[in-house]
Amino acid sequence: MEAFKKHDGFAFPLNRTNVDTDQIIPKQFLKRIERTGFGAYLFYNWRFDNEGKKRADFDLNKKQFDGSSILLAGENFGCGSSREHAPWSLLDYGFKVIIAPSFADIFHNNALKNGLLLIQMEEKQMLEWMKQAEDGTFKLSVDLENQTITDEEGTVVGFSIPAYHKEKLLNGWDDIALTLQLKKKIEDYENARLV
Amino acid sequence: MGKAKTIIEKIWEKHVVSREEGKPDLLYIDQHLVHEVTSPQAFEGLRLAGRKVRRPDLTYATMDHNVPTRNRDEVKDQIAKRQMETLRDNTQEFGIKLADIFHPDQGIVHVIGPQLGLTQPGKTIVCGDSHTSTHGAFGALAFGIGTSEVEHVLATQTIWQERPKTLNVHVQGNLSPGVTAKDLILAIIAKFGVRFGTGYVMEYTGDAIHKLSMEGRMTICNMSIEGGARAGLISPDEKTVEFLRGREYVPKGEAFDKKAEEWLALATDEGATYDHTVVINAEEVEPQVSWGTNPSMCVPISGSTPSLDEVEHRDDVKRALEYMGLEENQSITSIEIDHVFIGSCTNSRLSDLQKAASIIEGKTVKDGVKAIVVPGSFGVKLEAEKLGIDQIFKAAGFEWRESGCSMCLGMNDDIVPPGGRCASTSNRNFEGRQGNGARTHLVSPEMAAAAATHGHFVDVRKFSAGVLN
Ligand code: SF4
Repeated sequence: MEAFKKHDGFAFPLNRTNVDTDQIIPKQFLKRIERTGFGAYLFYNWRFDNEGKKRADFDLNKKQFDGSSILLAGENFGCGSSREHAPWSLLDYGFKVIIAPSFADIFHNNALKNGLLLIQMEEKQMLEWMKQAEDGTFKLSVDLENQTITDEEGTVVGFSIPAYHKEKLLNGWDDIALTLQLKKKIEDYENARLV
Repeated sequence: MGKAKTIIEKIWEKHVVSREEGKPDLLYIDQHLVHEVTSPQAFEGLRLAGRKVRRPDLTYATMDHNVPTRNRDEVKDQIAKRQMETLRDNTQEFGIKLADIFHPDQGIVHVIGPQLGLTQPGKTIVCGDSHTSTHGAFGALAFGIGTSEVEHVLATQTIWQERPKTLNVHVQGNLSPGVTAKDLILAIIAKFGVRFGTGYVMEYTGDAIHKLSMEGRMTICNMSIEGGARAGLISPDEKTVEFLRGREYVPKGEAFDKKAEEWLALATDEGATYDHTVVINAEEVEPQVSWGTNPSMCVPISGSTPSLDEVEHRDDVKRALEYMGLEENQSITSIEIDHVFIGSCTNSRLSDLQKAASIIEGKTVKDGVKAIVVPGSFGVKLEAEKLGIDQIFKAAGFEWRESGCSMCLGMNDDIVPPGGRCASTSNRNFEGRQGNGARTHLVSPEMAAAAATHGHFVDVRKFSAGVLN
């Protein structure tokens, strides 16, 4: 997993609540056996019509949001199916940070495993940022080490994140390698259960 | 005696392999279930790192999401075919048991776990699938995980987990006749919303819950994730024990009785406390129909779609109504359907099919309605055929299919077309879930069957009382 330290980028506002992983990446794209290349299918049914043409009325398709990399979302983002294809598609499309009032549990874990930073932020602040981000020129600077988000005018907003998650993201640690250092404990546990 | 504990705490404490201040616990996993869609990248990860599966004996795989339900020999979709072949190769390479597409134990992963007795009280069970919560019906701690976690469990047989908070979902009183487990769980989610369970493990308590059959309990626990909880469970009782007796993967003879004692002792102690409790009165619950694009957007059959002036998230409700092609204040019984799907890990077990068949018997599917029944497993299908249930459905004009996930998510060609409207016994009414532009209404098997004969929603209670026919 790639380490996450800092990220500067333009924000895209998606002011919808309960965005589920079926919306983030529809089922027809889950048949692939690779981990990469899912960005093309992100929010597929919102971005494309039945003929596969880009929908003009979905904001992410608008020129001003080309290259945006910070997603501002509504509460309970990522609910529904456990598909890890959801964070894979968000990352592959170019999003590095998602800020929302709340996230669904499984999505939260999946994002963390892939170095996608999720930041929980109160709704009032979210609505303010969403407004500012409407024209595609709203830039934020996210600093994980210091747990701050700074806008271009220099206004700083802090955020909280469990120390354990932070450390893993900052270092880009591979979970399995870490756990395998505890192999002896796993063996002891298994042996104890056999008696 | 020590402190009174919930079943959640008891199972958790028994499975902690490592605990350190400031970190999640490392939990041991007793049963890992695997399917074709969320596993290929995990096996690939193992291969790239030169790792093995630590406990192939605690891992069990099947194919369910992609499989054709009409003609098994013909997987037309080449990408789906490759995904199934990949699972075949991976299970062979890593020495894991697989219930392949033609295997008698094949079925939806959450149907075959209990059917085979792999699901047992007190076990920790994971699967790369959010409806793993289903297995909680047996008093197991069962939850869905992502593909990276699948890889982690394959390699280490453990998983890192924050200790969850506990939530008591207490059901007071009893369900009225004609009201099912499906109606109860939909009513719970309608009342408390799609995220009241986030960060919690739920335990469903109360007489009404323990009066439910094991199938009904599975329907309830299945949809815990729709209320935001990764896991939901029910303390084991005699019904749990009797359901499991004699199943393939449970101990036999005396060993079983000993196990059964251990299982029953897992039930939540009297006086144990939860972090949070919500209460619902079962008597108030009517047959439910979802009208919107998440499972909390659901009302009784006697109700109507909401009025835009009275709702909290107006834009979301407006968008949902638009997607569903419905007006505000529209009565539920006026909604006409053109598809009926009886199936999915929520409602595709033998008793679900029996109940739907009892409604449809001697009647016919309304002209213009395409109705299909997809048994949850090959085993369910065979049992149903032995009882002649397939004949009842076929005579009424239903298609009788092979087992799999099918139209629950439409990964194979069982899709509701754009603008089509489906009465579905599945668990998710998300936009595009059953097909791009498809409109899903979540209901019980009985309500789905009744809708099939009328072409619109009807109150199944009137139906069985002979008021409607
Ligand atoms: S039946 Fe539906 S919800 Fe259940 S495992 Fe299959 S796709 Fe998921």
